[in-house]
Amino acid sequence: MNNEPTKFIDENGLRVDGRRTDEIRPMKVDIGVLSRADGSCYLEWGNNKIISAVYGPRELHPRRMQRPDAAVIRYKYNMASFSVEDRQRPGPSRRSSEISKVSSEAFEPVVMTQFYPNTVIDVFSEVLEADAGTRTAAINAATLALIDAGIPLKSLVSACAVGKVDGQLVLDLNKKEDNEGEADLPVAITQDGEITLIQMDGHLTEDEIKQAMELVKNGCQQIQQIQREALLKKFGQYEEADTEIQSVPLTKKSSKQETESVDTESSELISGNILSDESSENREEQETDTLDILEDETEQSEDNEDDSDEEDFFVEIVRNNTEGESDDQ
Amino acid sequence: MTSEVMSKLKKDYVYHLMLKEKREDTRAFDEIRDISIETGLIGNAEGSAKVYWGDTQLIVGVKLQVGEPFPDTPDKGIIITSLELNPIASPDFEAGPPKEDAIEIARVVDRGIRESGAIDLNKLCITEGEEVWTVFIDVNVLNDDGNIMDAASIGAIAALMTTNIPAESEGYGEDMMMPVRDIPVGISLVDISGELMVDPTYNEESVCDTKITVVSNQDGSISAMQKSGTGSLTEEKVLQAVNIARTRASEIREKYLSNI
Repeated sequence: MNNEPTKFIDENGLRVDGRRTDEIRPMKVDIGVLSRADGSCYLEWGNNKIISAVYGPRELHPRRMQRPDAAVIRYKYNMASFSVEDRQRPGPSRRSSEISKVSSEAFEPVVMTQFYPNTVIDVFSEVLEADAGTRTAAINAATLALIDAGIPLKSLVSACAVGKVDGQLVLDLNKKEDNEGEADLPVAITQDGEITLIQMDGHLTEDEIKQAMELVKNGCQQIQQIQREALLKKFGQYEEADTEIQSVPLTKKSSKQETESVDTESSELISGNILSDESSENREEQETDTLDILEDETEQSEDNEDDSDEEDFFVEIVRNNTEGESDDQ
Repeated sequence: MTSEVMSKLKKDYVYHLMLKEKREDTRAFDEIRDISIETGLIGNAEGSAKVYWGDTQLIVGVKLQVGEPFPDTPDKGIIITSLELNPIASPDFEAGPPKEDAIEIARVVDRGIRESGAIDLNKLCITEGEEVWTVFIDVNVLNDDGNIMDAASIGAIAALMTTNIPAESEGYGEDMMMPVRDIPVGISLVDISGELMVDPTYNEESVCDTKITVVSNQDGSISAMQKSGTGSLTEEKVLQAVNIARTRASEIREKYLSNI
């Protein structure tokens, strides 16, 4: 098409889009953009535009696909027909099926699926505009959508690609570099540095792979920072409210535990968990401590002043509600 | 089963509100939700529009390809409209090829544009009988809070109005804008126990028996109509629906589409 030799990196070490070799494209993140989904995230990365939504945990059909000990993660990567230069036929392709599979496996190690047996967590990533690196962009968006859905994760997952152009390793390939470059290596990493996704195509030496991993780790850390900031912006306000809510069910629970046998059992469980490393002597001491605390609380709640107040309050709400309803009709 | 119970409860709720001449989002019966349209946001598409219709969100992308004309219209371009109810948009949608609902919406949107003559198909002819432009209108629903039909209809025409035909890069002379001659706008109304409500939300849509969509043009003429749902409508209701739809459509055209 053009006669000039393709040059990806100029004499100043800058790439075709003006980035340095270890620089990622600008990323914009918006969490909670879809009202019907349980969690959602819109992400722009360069010209990539991705929207991810999470539904679930919800019942999984057909039943034979259910896991009795954990939730199934079902990840669907899909490209909009207008997301690429030549219109893409709608529906799944071999490429999108593969990406769906590896991406779902990228989340398997971090999602605490054991809390939701027999269910499915559906993650849908829709590519609205593609500009190289859509699978990594989709993973970054899906992580935030999962958190937005309130699904417990062990870690964030951050993904980025590294590639090779003009014989040099570069971070986060753009479209031109992806199409005409010598290698592409997308990676997803957790906060502990566990790699949950790695693919590669092209040509790299062993040495280059080592360097590439260093480079891509750095890229993933930058992305993780962006993800953290986005989460803080969205959820930072809840930090204080959380601690207040936690104190309520604790007292309520202890007031319900009236027989001593239940108390001992539960306190044993509690102390057993916390002090698993300590000697049995310590544990006994601690156990009695815990018992005392629980007993104290039981005593306190025996006069039941607070509780009855609360009950009255509930009755009042119920009454108000029924009144409101009868007004309606 | 669960959804049936829910729908009964919701129906009660919506019905009782209706008796008090209220709607769940405090709108009047003939009032539409706030709309916002963003065009040209997908660089890879020749034309695109993102529509926020209340909480309903969708993206329309227009792609162009050179293809062979249909034998019975050798001098006319081709329009193909498709719509996907992505599982991303609602817990009710499933992945897979478009089902009845999606096909119905796509076909109503398509009819509105085709029958109004909004696009001058003759101008999309390159060589008679051999090569014409095929216009793909793809609607991608992102969030379903009801009335996808109207959002898709307005999104499609907005995307078409901003579509650039890439003739130069394909070697067919100079680029040109899509020859848009009219602006059809679809407006849907639902009948809930004998009351018409314009622009139904998801809840209103899921409890109604009957929905009617009216697509009207700039001169007030009607280019498409569709009744869907298991219920029926009286003649009076149909005429009332047409009247409301025409008024709302011209307002929308004025407010949201005239400056594109």
